[in-house]
Amino acid sequence: MTASAKQGSAPRCFQDVILALQTYWAEQGCAIVQPYDIEVGAGTLSPMTTLRALGPKPWRAAYVQPSRRPKDGRYGENPNRLHQHHQFQVILKPNPPDMQELYLNSLVAVGIDPLVHDIRFVEDDWENPTVGAWGLGWEVWCDGMEISQYTYFQQVGGLDARPVSGELTYGLERFCLYVFNIERVYDLPYNDPQSPYPLTYGDVFLKNEQQQSRFNFELSDADQIQRWFEDAETQAARLLQAACVLPAYDYTLKASHLFNLLDARGVVSPTERQSFIARVRDLAKGCAQAWEAGER
Amino acid sequence: MPELLIELLSEEIPARMQKRAEDDLARALKDKLAAAGIEAKAIKTFSGPRRLVAVIDDLPARTPDVSEERKGPRVGSPEKAIEGFLRGAGLASIDQAQIVEDKKGAFYVARIDRKGAATADLLRDVLPDIIRAFPWPKSMRSGESNLLWVRPLQNIACVFDGVEVVIDVDGVPSRAQSRGHRFHAPDWFAIQNFADYAKKLEAAHVMLDREARKAVIAERANALCAAKGLALVEDAGLLEEVAGLVEWPVPLLGDMDAAFLDLPADVIRLTMRTHQRYFAVRDAKTGALAPHFVTVANIEAKDGGAVIAKGNRRVLSARLNDARFFWEQDRKTPLFTDERKAKLQRIVFHQKLGSVWDKVERVKALALELCDVTGANRDWVAQAADLCKMDLVTETVQEFPELQGQIGRQLYLEQFAVLPREGGGDREATGGGVSSAGVESIAAAIEDHYRPLGPNDRVPTDKVAITLALADKLDTLVGFWVIDEKPTGSSDPFGLRRAALGFVRIVLERHLRLPLEIELFARAVNTMQTYAKYEVREIPLGRISDPEPVVRRTHATVLAFLADRLKVQLRDQGKRHDLVDAVFALGDDDLVRIVARVEALDAFLKNEDGANLLAGYRRAANILAAEDKKGKGLTDAENAAPVDSTLLQEPAEKALAAALHTATPAARAAVGKEDFAAAMKALSALRAPVDAFFDAVLVNAPEPALRRNRLKLLLDMRDALHAVADFSKIEG
Repeated sequence: MTASAKQGSAPRCFQDVILALQTYWAEQGCAIVQPYDIEVGAGTLSPMTTLRALGPKPWRAAYVQPSRRPKDGRYGENPNRLHQHHQFQVILKPNPPDMQELYLNSLVAVGIDPLVHDIRFVEDDWENPTVGAWGLGWEVWCDGMEISQYTYFQQVGGLDARPVSGELTYGLERFCLYVFNIERVYDLPYNDPQSPYPLTYGDVFLKNEQQQSRFNFELSDADQIQRWFEDAETQAARLLQAACVLPAYDYTLKASHLFNLLDARGVVSPTERQSFIARVRDLAKGCAQAWEAGER
Repeated sequence: MPELLIELLSEEIPARMQKRAEDDLARALKDKLAAAGIEAKAIKTFSGPRRLVAVIDDLPARTPDVSEERKGPRVGSPEKAIEGFLRGAGLASIDQAQIVEDKKGAFYVARIDRKGAATADLLRDVLPDIIRAFPWPKSMRSGESNLLWVRPLQNIACVFDGVEVVIDVDGVPSRAQSRGHRFHAPDWFAIQNFADYAKKLEAAHVMLDREARKAVIAERANALCAAKGLALVEDAGLLEEVAGLVEWPVPLLGDMDAAFLDLPADVIRLTMRTHQRYFAVRDAKTGALAPHFVTVANIEAKDGGAVIAKGNRRVLSARLNDARFFWEQDRKTPLFTDERKAKLQRIVFHQKLGSVWDKVERVKALALELCDVTGANRDWVAQAADLCKMDLVTETVQEFPELQGQIGRQLYLEQFAVLPREGGGDREATGGGVSSAGVESIAAAIEDHYRPLGPNDRVPTDKVAITLALADKLDTLVGFWVIDEKPTGSSDPFGLRRAALGFVRIVLERHLRLPLEIELFARAVNTMQTYAKYEVREIPLGRISDPEPVVRRTHATVLAFLADRLKVQLRDQGKRHDLVDAVFALGDDDLVRIVARVEALDAFLKNEDGANLLAGYRRAANILAAEDKKGKGLTDAENAAPVDSTLLQEPAEKALAAALHTATPAARAAVGKEDFAAAMKALSALRAPVDAFFDAVLVNAPEPALRRNRLKLLLDMRDALHAVADFSKIEG
């Protein structure tokens, strides 16, 4: 932590945390990009991270990413399990020598005093076989609670990531539940509780959780989704052949999400599962390689 | 003499890697210095989450001058050879070499004189190599640097004799500076020497010495507990890990909702340990887990730690709620369900040995074969076998694999051993038609059939547990031998040495008379064939009365493997390895008997009669061997014939024959009754006659008949001793 750490005014609601993080990382030279508009399971999968981690060009970006995990839906009945949660994602390439300090200052910016809270870096190596990526880093604990993932990317799409990028992921719902000392995610204040129209997280997202869970578990048409998967796969492969990387990657993400839907529907046998994952991985690797080649 | 201080300051090093890194650093420094002619006598190392430190006292300021002579090729050798020699010796031309004559001719000799270098220069040279080649279990690059380190390396401080030595490694900063605790004292400070460094670190909230950190944690944690009538549940492994997570340890006592205490105690302890690195706390009087925990913070919090304790309590509650959810899920059904069975059928035990359920079926078949030996109730064994692996697919065991067996036991007991019903209802016939004794036995077997898990783990006591534990291990051993997956060197991925030692310990400590006959292995291999769904089926097996090679091979090799474990076990108990060999040479396959023999032999050789008889035995064996070697030994027919009493002339040989006549059958009878001490005692009666025989009788008598008869007498004596052990294997 350096003297430049600015103690933020204590955030009062979900969006205060987002705004504070955006402001902080914008001050560190990040491009604040908007959430990617294709379904992803994690902020890392956005091309703003996965693809940008490859190639020699420097890159700094930060964004909120709604992350869809169909299997985790609980019809809005579980206090913290969600079909869609939000990650705040930061990528710094190359990672600066003082990245840990920058990260710790971001905590100060959202009102966490490291001389009151016990902040720890606990070994946690990250791996995402679907995009052939891995890195070393930590999960960051605040009073025993995991509040962030911190990773130095070593490989993406099976390629060495040089220079190395540092990646930060804040799980926003969990982070806020902890900071605001609230048990149930739907009770989180979403906007300022003093505003004329205070909204809770539930006001904004409960219906979505209920209906998406119904869709994921009961109503989705597995045959149709299977066909869409195949279509997305074909489309991605065709685009890759034409060296049209970003659209190819979009359809790879589509395929990945469609597979997650099938999986949530419980229609994927363990053997098929491996094969689905391998098909997405091949596409993702192809995209990563084509992107990297285009950056050199 | 000058002191060297090196500090490698980095971002957080995983706790499990720190200690080994100290050893690796010490070794690398020692080797590199030694290669330059410097002996580093005492290297002290330290490590923590952010730093790896080495201090060497008493280093010379310069490396010694070296002068060596290197012999080269013969004068007049081909150009190529001469060039190679010049290159190797660092000479510019052959004129710089001397010519030396020896018996074989004239040779070039290079005299290489190397001036010593300043130690600081040496360090500049070798430290980058050490750092670049450092054997971290996992390492990474950072930013644009090429260096591989465990996490980003922030500074290399190297101070030799009070002077900064700049180390150039891929652009990593190298200043004679360090910084303290991340939050309490992050500013850089200059380093003069180790004493100065240690003092400044302490002031900057960094406890450098791991043992000091451990001591502080243990001491303060215990004090926190004691103040509330509580006691810490000691956990050396956790203490070591936590000492690697903090630079300034501050233990805090937290509490949790007492309602969680209805979870199994180990579930609570492991939730704390595995997920949160908390120490569990127990009631000092009753020993039962108390609704508290100790967490170790890394700061002196402004508020004394209240926020930290509260936050950790919340996290722990969430974790325990998860654990409770798993446990409640598991308790909803009886231990055995078709669904769990189906899951076991899908878990591969080993690709060539089928699923876990296949293993269960094999273990059951083998266990039933073993009931005669162990005296276990067959029905109970059969039930226990069906149940013993069920908990592997419970949510709780999936979360905490260490609890395998324990969870199965608890679930089984909950299901059957219901508490006494109101109105004096009994507990009989509650366990699927099994009596309460049966329920307890089956429960013990479910929990203990994995045991013993090592040389210090306990051996099952219940007969059903013993039976299942033996069958489980025997199936594992036979299975992996049949598919030829034996341990090699230090690699034993399937834990076969542990299984073998476990088998041996159970047999010995429970005194089981279990002959490791080929039939047993034939049955094991047969079961393997019946219940393994993979390649094993293709191994042709004949009838048990005519065992095919695979049975013979498996029998011989597994037996030898078990024998090896037994030898290790006996050696660890201080038994002489040669005595063990002497008994093994007899080919006995009863472990209990083997050990009884070794013990009797050990006692026998420790008394004077035994030691002397051994001397007599050796003399006899040497004579017999010498005669055999000369081709003048006894023929097979002569061997088979008895001593001819009419040819006995000398009183001493008559006495020996008489002694043998009494001692041999007595010893044999005692061996038959497995009273090896009595057998030894009977044999010790031979000592005086044997001594007298060698004093008075000439074995190599001129008359061939006399000579043959005397050799025969010696042979009988040797054979008499061999009834107990192969004395030829005894050393010393």
